[in-house]
Amino acid sequence: MLALVSPALLVILLLIVLPVGWLAWQSIYHDGFTLENYRRIVSEDIYWRSFALTFEISLLVTLLALLLGYPVAYAANAVPRGWSVLILALVVLPFWTSVLVRAYAWLVLLQRTGVINQLLRSLDVIGEPLALVHNTFGTVVATVHILLPFMVLPLYATMQKIPGDLMQAGASLGAGPAHAFLRIFLPLSLPGVLAGCTMVFVLCLGFYITPELLGGGRTVMVSMLVSRNVELYSQFGAASAVAVVLLVSVLLIFFVVSRFISLDRVLGQK
Amino acid sequence: MKMISGLKYGYLLLGASIAAMGSGVGAANAAEQITFVSQGGAYQQAQTVAILDPSAKKLGITINQDSIPDAWPAIKTQVGSGKPIWDVVDTPTGNCLRGGEQGLMEKLDFSKIPNGAAMPEAYRSPYSVSYEFYSSVLSYSQKTFPKDAPNSWADFWDVKKFPGRRALRNHPFATLEAALMADGVAPDKLYPLDVDRAFRKLEEIKPNITVWWTSGAQSAQLLNDGEVDMEMAWNGRVSAVAKEGAKVAFTYNQGILQSTSLCILKGAPNLDTAVKFLNEAVDPVHQANLPLHIDYGPGNPKAFETSVIKPERAAQLPSEPANAAKQALMSYAWWSSPQGEAAEKRWAAFMQK
Repeated sequence: MLALVSPALLVILLLIVLPVGWLAWQSIYHDGFTLENYRRIVSEDIYWRSFALTFEISLLVTLLALLLGYPVAYAANAVPRGWSVLILALVVLPFWTSVLVRAYAWLVLLQRTGVINQLLRSLDVIGEPLALVHNTFGTVVATVHILLPFMVLPLYATMQKIPGDLMQAGASLGAGPAHAFLRIFLPLSLPGVLAGCTMVFVLCLGFYITPELLGGGRTVMVSMLVSRNVELYSQFGAASAVAVVLLVSVLLIFFVVSRFISLDRVLGQK
Repeated sequence: MKMISGLKYGYLLLGASIAAMGSGVGAANAAEQITFVSQGGAYQQAQTVAILDPSAKKLGITINQDSIPDAWPAIKTQVGSGKPIWDVVDTPTGNCLRGGEQGLMEKLDFSKIPNGAAMPEAYRSPYSVSYEFYSSVLSYSQKTFPKDAPNSWADFWDVKKFPGRRALRNHPFATLEAALMADGVAPDKLYPLDVDRAFRKLEEIKPNITVWWTSGAQSAQLLNDGEVDMEMAWNGRVSAVAKEGAKVAFTYNQGILQSTSLCILKGAPNLDTAVKFLNEAVDPVHQANLPLHIDYGPGNPKAFETSVIKPERAAQLPSEPANAAKQALMSYAWWSSPQGEAAEKRWAAFMQK
């Protein structure tokens, strides 16, 4: 068994564990041990603001992805197999386009002279173009779009395993469709909800290209602080300290989530 | 069939390169070589034709090229390792100065660089010579402003007289200078920058800035799509957008003249050849060739005294003497001073407030 996994373990060790460890080391060692990089994070309020904004955006994105993703997964689960393949294909399709291209596509749709503003103005719905992009709104819209598959797929996988007879049994005992859904289906799909939310939330914490291109310079997420710190302090330690703090918060989230649901479920969709 | 011919071609190439490697080793022993690094793209292409190839030919040396968008981290790592691979780097002048202060650059012996020694003092430092100029200018849409276009940073700040959406660069370089000029400071009296005053003036315009752009491509897109009506942008970006047919223009008035410079890495493997190349690269005639291929101005003002640049072309360039006189010359020495670095750090707090 060990012989089979050892090549994979070696790759992980060389490409993930060692570099991340080296980065963490840099954050506390620069010509001697120093906590300067962490002191800065605690004492300067731009870091607080950035972390707060990042968690806020991630929560919002997760919530929106759940609201949009749940009905899609439900539909894919409820319809005949041919249709469900089509729905899932449509969910996954944008996945094959680069994040950069999709960010620019949103720019084409949302900017002042973009499709949506042009349309609304030609219909006389609005007089002045709406500020749909170069702010947090544009960032959230595009991020939800990019992360939606990570919500739909675990939800669908969980819903697939809910036996259809349960709903029929509920109905035979007199429950209306809404009642049966609320009392039977929804509770059984909760592990999928938690798995999808965890994936989306954690991925969103590290988003870089989307807020950089669509945030208008005001939406400074943590990943952007990392790149800015490399530039500003011209040493990796200042940046890796930020990354370490983010990594620790992600691990904490996983830890909390694992108290409620087995991690295999989040990662492997057992 | 295609596959087979492709393979054959591959073998041919392989054979040829082995042969070339054989002869290359011999050539390397006989001829001198250096590794030159710039920022790639159309810009490095233009230099290759205008400056690098002619210099290599004249000196009988081989110039190996490398490119990297931001050379600074690589410079630090290479010199830090004690065995740099690069010799000469073309990088924003601030990097040469910082590098010089931190012992990462060779101090230049200007007696061996007569072309550099002949350049004005403000165009060189003990570690570097100016290589090319670009400018952060006020650009605007001619659709929004068919006449009475904004012509100074005071106009840019005047949202009543010039209503419209605005963009500035998400970086303190040139932006603080523009704020001070908007507040009435003369272009030649900017340094040392009154940082408090500049940030106060920026607070004033902040609610009216739609986008704080981060890349040159982004600034071009904003102008091209009519997403903003006026913005600070690099002159080459604006003229490229105009060439594509967009109705946009810019003024050199109160532009902030910026440069990249050539400097030599500390412990460069081919120091003597690198110095020879440095002198050749800022030769007035080679320098005059550059703007024939790209919208950047020569780093050596003597280039304008050669007959290579036609007067009409010269008038479009940021470093042409009459244009330069309307602008502020960025002081990289100030930006790499402790006050400059503090101002750079303050920018992030300003943006997030």
